[in-house]
Amino acid sequence: MSVKKNKINDFVVRFANVNGTGSASANFLFTKAVFRMGVPVTPKNIFPSNIQGLPTWYEVRVSEKGYLGRKEEIDLLVGVNPQSMMNDVKSVRAGGYFLYDSTKNLHSEYIREDINYIGIPLMQMCNDAYSDARQRQLFKNIIYVGALAALLDIEFNVLEELLSEQFKGKEKLIPANIKALKLGSDFIHANFKYPLDFRIERRDLLKDKILMEGNAACGLGAVYAGATVAAWYPITPSTSVIEAFIDYSNEFRDDKITGKKNVAIVQAEDELSAIGMVIGASWNGARSFTATSGPGVSLMNEFLGLAYFAEIPTVLVDVQRAGPSTGMPTRTQQSDILLAAYASHGDTKHVLLFPSTPKECFDSMLDAFDLSEELQTPVMVMTDLDLGMNDHISDALAFDDKREYKRGKVLDASDLDKIERFGRYLDVDNDGITYRTLPGTHPTKGSFVTRGTSRDEYATYSEDSEAYQRNMDRLNRKWDTTKEMVPTPQVYQNKNGSKNGILFFGTSQFSAEEAMDILKEEKIIVDAIRIKSFPFNKEVESFINSHDKIFVIEQNRDAQMKSLLMIELGFDHKKLISVLNYDGMPITAKNIFDQIKSYL
Amino acid sequence: MTYLRPKFRHPELQKNKLGYTVDYYEGALSTLCAGCGHDSISAGIIQAAYEMNIQPHKLAKFSGIGCSSKTPAYFLSNSHGFNSVHGRMPSVATGANLANRDLIYFGVSGDGDTASIGLGQFVHVIRRGLNMTYIVMNNGCYGLTKGQDSATADQGSKNKSGNVNLFEPIDLASLAIETGATFVAQSFSGDKAQLVPLIKAAMNHPGFAFINVISPCVTFNNNMGSTKSYDYVREHIEATATVDFVPDMKEISVEYGKGTHKNVTMHDGSVIQLHKLAEEWDPLNRQSAMNAVLNAKSKNEILTGLLYVNPDARDLHHMIQTTDKPLNSLTKSDLCPGSEMLNAINADLR
Repeated sequence: MSVKKNKINDFVVRFANVNGTGSASANFLFTKAVFRMGVPVTPKNIFPSNIQGLPTWYEVRVSEKGYLGRKEEIDLLVGVNPQSMMNDVKSVRAGGYFLYDSTKNLHSEYIREDINYIGIPLMQMCNDAYSDARQRQLFKNIIYVGALAALLDIEFNVLEELLSEQFKGKEKLIPANIKALKLGSDFIHANFKYPLDFRIERRDLLKDKILMEGNAACGLGAVYAGATVAAWYPITPSTSVIEAFIDYSNEFRDDKITGKKNVAIVQAEDELSAIGMVIGASWNGARSFTATSGPGVSLMNEFLGLAYFAEIPTVLVDVQRAGPSTGMPTRTQQSDILLAAYASHGDTKHVLLFPSTPKECFDSMLDAFDLSEELQTPVMVMTDLDLGMNDHISDALAFDDKREYKRGKVLDASDLDKIERFGRYLDVDNDGITYRTLPGTHPTKGSFVTRGTSRDEYATYSEDSEAYQRNMDRLNRKWDTTKEMVPTPQVYQNKNGSKNGILFFGTSQFSAEEAMDILKEEKIIVDAIRIKSFPFNKEVESFINSHDKIFVIEQNRDAQMKSLLMIELGFDHKKLISVLNYDGMPITAKNIFDQIKSYL
Repeated sequence: MTYLRPKFRHPELQKNKLGYTVDYYEGALSTLCAGCGHDSISAGIIQAAYEMNIQPHKLAKFSGIGCSSKTPAYFLSNSHGFNSVHGRMPSVATGANLANRDLIYFGVSGDGDTASIGLGQFVHVIRRGLNMTYIVMNNGCYGLTKGQDSATADQGSKNKSGNVNLFEPIDLASLAIETGATFVAQSFSGDKAQLVPLIKAAMNHPGFAFINVISPCVTFNNNMGSTKSYDYVREHIEATATVDFVPDMKEISVEYGKGTHKNVTMHDGSVIQLHKLAEEWDPLNRQSAMNAVLNAKSKNEILTGLLYVNPDARDLHHMIQTTDKPLNSLTKSDLCPGSEMLNAINADLR
């Protein structure tokens, strides 16, 4: 069999499993092995809102060029779920491979002439090799990983090494796992031609990169940012942010002397209560946060308005999923942009951060706590299910030990002694950001009642029109200050190379970058900018101004980022052309390319 | 509304142990209706804080939305206050308490704020045993929106417009006992002699302390046929026992006959003295307290006084094992694992 060069380190393997059968760790073993061989790899979980029984898929793209977006063409499908097998067979590209459990004969309706079949009697092999029922189920998964190692040229010792790391402390489990891997690879060696016409070859493309889920990076970022209070209500796909925070806190926040915890984590009765606790804790001077998804942000609207108007630091991670309403809880989208930007009734606007990678999730948490305390306002870290719940190749996490927490304008007792009269909402520095005090600071100075009602500069309840308007105008002044403080966008070129630009944010980055390369192959050059925050910095405005057409790439139906650009910067809707994807799956480069091509 | 407050203070006002006179514990001028029961409760809070020698700035006061929730502006002006959103005060107080366990947490709410929109947060803050005092100023109606029935209005009670409430009331005291409050009391805004010691004991309680105070709405629910009017409450009130709170044992001077009083000693050595006990009621027994409340209800009586106390109460911090230092006082060196540790984490992710 001739090996086509372009198929080295460039293919997609999809695993079709039954939820709850232990396939996740086997599939991750496959991903991690590719990673260890120095080859860029990007896995996507496509899973149901279900604990056990429904179909689940795990799609792994291997890309020598480092393309980390999703690709729709499936080269090899591991189909071990009878429930979804009909569609799984259909999903393989012509000339691709379908690997299945051949313990029973494959029914004729599953036979396609234009694909190749690799039958392995997984169940039979497990029954012969293992006596325990649970082992028989689990090792079926390991056997197909062993088979893939042979088919795709994965170094066997890499797999062995990964297993010994995974079972550190439980070493007696290792031999049974290695036996299963061998069963799989030996079967291929004995019965099939190998490797396939696409395969993996060792590279050194990853250097010090890591493989991590965005949610774990957010949780760890909160630990590094000094969060001491977390309040939350479980909701997919955000739950693992707090779970990571709990795990890392167990590791890093136990007081070595007393054994007590330097953190308080409370599972609230609902999202309303969770955000209320965050606001109460932040008001009282602790760094505090919550993590939720769209339905949670809907519930938190009332409190977000309070935090905006009463000016209380609040950090919220929104791991977006497909809405509206309950929507598709286990599918990805970027559809909370407008909800988050203008959360709550009345005139409100909120600071948003848009990380794209686990490293940026980590950094966003550090920034979010600093910004929310400096600005005394909510800051929302807008990730999505794709970033949060899938492993991503990312630059290594970094923390500068010299970086100090920016706690903002908080007066202590000696500051208060120097002031004749403290005014909580007095704009002393003319930047819209006023000074706050914490309870318990001074016996006679600095106390005030925080409220969601209108008040004057001294925090006294007031229905005076002028006092109300002065306050609203000052909040706008603060918003202008904010524009200078939020992270600046990534601009892809020093000098404009085209009249056309593409604009994107968050997880659209991977496919957008790949689409630029495909366009370039067709001699279509576009400039690019990646937005990292809201409010928009002046760099965003000048990028749009300096191009004729801007393709705004986003993963929602209603072009929410485009709307935000039109509302906030006043751009003509004709200048901003939407490139949308809202089927709940991560956007692909081909999709972006096709949509842009149709305009050019 | 009271427009003017005399600035004159008696020159020989007594000072408490901290050297403060009672006016140091006052707040801004009340904007509630003249004769509002809530103002009497505010006065009780001021008196209790004064007698307890509390440093006002070491207390934080919380409320939700409604007439009652306005009152934190009217007492303890040297305390930070947080007038939050409707029915959500418990969560804000919870967060604040988690951030700094060294302050005293004092919440004020109404029957709409607690029994309707805030019922979920109310029972959950109780479950968690937050160390706070939670007072409901309960008048059975919505004052700020002009007199609609609330969820604590008794079935058959008539409001000012003559409408009769059709629905079963929520009994906040028995609900609090049921859901695990470790200090539950009931009182009447017109009975300062009973209310002040109850507030003192509640502030001293190391867990969740709840006081349901019947506080007639003079404007919308003080009419004939209302079961929350001054006249009705005065006629139907039945005290469990008279209450004294003694922060320091040495001050006990009165001796009572056997079987007519009970001392409940708290962990810090302070004592709640209960006099003239009802025979069938034991304030240390949750079930007995529950029975007493239900019995009184069946007789159309409003049982006041201390209903239930657990002197061994443990609060949320104890349950989740937070460190003794206030969390808001921890610094980067206490909290941040640093770059070296991060490098190790990175290595594990390769």
